[in-house]
Amino acid sequence: MEYDVDVTIIGAGVTGAAIARELSKYELRVMVLEKEEDVCSGTSKANSAIVHAGYDAMPGTWKAKMNVLGAKRIRELSKTLDFPYLQNGSMVVSFSPEDHEKLEALLERGRENGVEGLEILSGEQARALEPALGSNVAEALLVPTGGIVCPFQLTLALAENAAENGVVFRFLTKVTKIDKDVEGFLLHTEVTDSNGTITKRNIKTHYVVNAAGVYADQLHNDVSGEAHKITLVPRRGEYVLMDKEAGTLVKHTIFQLPTELGKGVLVTPTVHGNLLVGPNAVDLSDKTDTGTTPEGIDDIKKRALLSVPEIPYALTITSFSGLRAHELQDDFILSECPDAPGFFDAAGIESPGLSSAPAIGEYITSLLVKKADCPKKKEFKAERKGFIEVSKLPMEKRNELIKKNPKYGVIVCRCENVSEGEILDAIHRPLGAVSLDGIKRRVRQGMGRCQAGFCTPRTMEILSKELHIPMEAVTKNRPGSEIIKG
Amino acid sequence: MEYHELIVIGGGPAGLAAAESAYEQGVRDILLLERDVRLGGILNQCIHNGFGLHTFHEELTGPEYAARFEKKILDHTISYKLNCIVADINAQREVTYINEEEGTVTVKAGAVILAMGCRERPRGALNLPGYRPAGIFTAGTAQRLMNIEGYMVGKEVVILGSGDIGLIMARRMTLEGANVKVVAELMPYSGGLKRNIVQCLNDYDIPLKLSHTVVKIHGKDRVTGITLAEVGPDRRPVPGSEEYYSCDTLLLSCGLIPENELSKSAGITLSRITNGPEVSDNLETSVPGIFACGNVLHVHDLVDFVSEEAARAGANAADFIRRGNTRSRDKAIAIKASGGVRYTVPQTLDPAQMADEVVVRFRVSDVYQNKRLNVYYDNELVHSAKKRIVAPGEMEQVVLKKESFRDKHVSEIRIQLEEAGKGEA
Amino acid sequence: MEKRELTCIQCPMGCALSVTIDENKIEVTGNSCPRGAKYGAKEVTDPTRIVTSTVPVHHGEISRVSVKTEKDIPKDRIFAVMDEIRDVTVDAPIHIGDVVLSNVAGTGVNIVATKDVAGIIPEQNL
Repeated sequence: MEYDVDVTIIGAGVTGAAIARELSKYELRVMVLEKEEDVCSGTSKANSAIVHAGYDAMPGTWKAKMNVLGAKRIRELSKTLDFPYLQNGSMVVSFSPEDHEKLEALLERGRENGVEGLEILSGEQARALEPALGSNVAEALLVPTGGIVCPFQLTLALAENAAENGVVFRFLTKVTKIDKDVEGFLLHTEVTDSNGTITKRNIKTHYVVNAAGVYADQLHNDVSGEAHKITLVPRRGEYVLMDKEAGTLVKHTIFQLPTELGKGVLVTPTVHGNLLVGPNAVDLSDKTDTGTTPEGIDDIKKRALLSVPEIPYALTITSFSGLRAHELQDDFILSECPDAPGFFDAAGIESPGLSSAPAIGEYITSLLVKKADCPKKKEFKAERKGFIEVSKLPMEKRNELIKKNPKYGVIVCRCENVSEGEILDAIHRPLGAVSLDGIKRRVRQGMGRCQAGFCTPRTMEILSKELHIPMEAVTKNRPGSEIIKG
Repeated sequence: MEYHELIVIGGGPAGLAAAESAYEQGVRDILLLERDVRLGGILNQCIHNGFGLHTFHEELTGPEYAARFEKKILDHTISYKLNCIVADINAQREVTYINEEEGTVTVKAGAVILAMGCRERPRGALNLPGYRPAGIFTAGTAQRLMNIEGYMVGKEVVILGSGDIGLIMARRMTLEGANVKVVAELMPYSGGLKRNIVQCLNDYDIPLKLSHTVVKIHGKDRVTGITLAEVGPDRRPVPGSEEYYSCDTLLLSCGLIPENELSKSAGITLSRITNGPEVSDNLETSVPGIFACGNVLHVHDLVDFVSEEAARAGANAADFIRRGNTRSRDKAIAIKASGGVRYTVPQTLDPAQMADEVVVRFRVSDVYQNKRLNVYYDNELVHSAKKRIVAPGEMEQVVLKKESFRDKHVSEIRIQLEEAGKGEA
Repeated sequence: MEKRELTCIQCPMGCALSVTIDENKIEVTGNSCPRGAKYGAKEVTDPTRIVTSTVPVHHGEISRVSVKTEKDIPKDRIFAVMDEIRDVTVDAPIHIGDVVLSNVAGTGVNIVATKDVAGIIPEQNL
């Protein structure tokens, strides 16, 4: 029987991309199927963007094992794959001297998980490091190895590098049903073209990696019997993002020690220099409900003030929400499905999923490679060059670049200082952008304070010209989200 | 480093009038920097009429109004650069710009006039709940797509905010065949000009719902509908008042914000109320030799007033270039806005150095009827005018004369609205 | 006798006008000044508007030019005027005041350009 590919990864979020990159080190034909038009379009794009140090998860859990190693890998990969990462450190603040024991327990747990440099600070010491902390902060656990990352750049870096090493990415391809086959699986898929027309297509694959985020339970339960069913609850978290003017309010990521009032919300700078506040946690039944609610936003804004009392909410530039794939046992599922050999789950990947992704990639790959018994490639290109950020270059470098390619001197997005040259890069690199959101996530065009009010028409023209599509076909993201409706 | 006597940042109505005025005052070495492909700024997309009644005593469209000023710039061969983004200004009046031909260049100016205009408040800043589908535009973005590029942005439209651009777009989209279902305004009064409400909404039977806001945006890919609700005096939605409108487009016309990133980089003191620079009676900012005018200073309703203000900024910049930094800054009197007056521009005034007349412009914080507008020098009432109606959407002004300060030692000027009767002789 | 309610747009006051039309006599009440009376009378007898739009330009430095009715036209002819404007295209160069359509919708009023658009030589001819 002819098989189209050896391994099919379902989902091009950070988990799928990390697994794809690891697998691309081996002599395997790997394909990634993604139902949206771009990588990082689900849970991976809307979260706290934190690289957790690893003190939080219970020792022995997958979360604990993957987090500490994953965070270490992200630090290394930020250099080899050239994406923005900052080890800004984090703090867990408490509001009562009586909570000292809880901080101690957290410190102990962190040590057991292998987190280095943990230390408990007095309120004064904490405020000396972070003057924006409230006077009600009693103590703080200082976590020097905590970091922040751009989730999209991380995912894209992994995916681009995987693509360069031979992994095939298929977008707008939704897996609707999986049948077991003699030597593998038959995937029923629906492919949406730019007109929104759906074509059914079957893919034969020896192995499946299930990295489908909040939908991973549906895929798993397609191939697995009653005894091994899994359930994922979409747990929504809402966030508020503020202008860069507010981005220096805190240097560390400020977590709150959970109180009887709830888990607490964090206040953090982002790697791009904005200030982020959130999330709450609301369990839903609808796996697509990424809307924000007035109550949710009000709630996180209020609760964040507990640790950082003077957050300038007037500088809000956007609010958003994301869904975490919450698994009822509260841990990752990283294993070959017991009653469907060759079907590997990377499911229930919620926080610290982003931090764990590279480690999950390594682990799932080790399972699969052992089973497939295949050798490493002789040539693996481990490095990838990131995007040119013209506005961050020193003047001489910038002028050299503009001389070579004048398009780097045509600024399209004035809030973030993004040039036409960078937008062209976003479109023409491997796995290039095909939508306004795709450009925005790659080069931050339209991410600034005007939220693309000025540059939308110009960016649409560039997309139309470069992709050879009419202006009417330019979308915000997937087909159906056309900007012009005449 | 290249030097110019005057650098004007922005080639919209304010920049054009400022450059022209400085030229009239004898400045010849002027460089105007414009980010877009042509001069005229936002006027290029304001194809409707109603411009120029004060300046030219006739009713012009935006492009025609801009063309009159452009002609003067061309006639005087004032040099300008298009497609040119200013990346930085510092307090030493060094301006860094970037364009395709030259790359990044820093030039030094004798004086700088800030005329960058304003931007629209986006969705995020409004914190509208629901999804983030395509089909949500600020009114100005939709205006550009329609009037410059020629694309229709939608067929069934709801507009949030009754600012002038939103009202103008309600008419524009109706004329092009769209069904504009409703304009919702959070406040109990409209932020737009009365004539626009009549000619853009009433003429086409488009309802204006005051004290209403969007409580939910429906649709995951493209907007499919909007839920509006009435808001109470606390501006929070009243439960049970929700009303669903099916539509494919939501336009936002919820306020304009001066474009002040460059003002900040120059270390200029900004007003917390206008979000523009604080200026003295000569429209000079807190940084000597840097002047501001037009919507970057405070958001105007009428372009005629922008041109007039910009002409004064141009003349004052010319004066600075001629005489150098000789103006003393320690005798300025604060102009205090109180009793319903939200702010004034300028914020300070120096009687010894002021022009014979200074126009003080301001906005009020609510709709007020039958009040008196009173001006006090300390506790002395020096000017009082009856105001039958004042509204936040319409800018007001009062003219202060140099001679009114003769032989007086004034430590504070206060402009306030008071009950009729108070202050009347 | 007919009665119409209007909002005066002559100044920010926005007086609520009541206009009664009785054969040849028009009476305006609710106005605070003579300008309001004049406006009210004109609105009920002969309401007119300037109509503005844009039309495509061929071979121009930009792809559309803004246009307007040279004078105001009867209010009830607005959509008829728009229908005719929609079918117009022009060639660059074009100057402010150039007539792009004469006697639009039989109103006797011309549609004129309100923007200068310079011509460009098509790239293939260079």
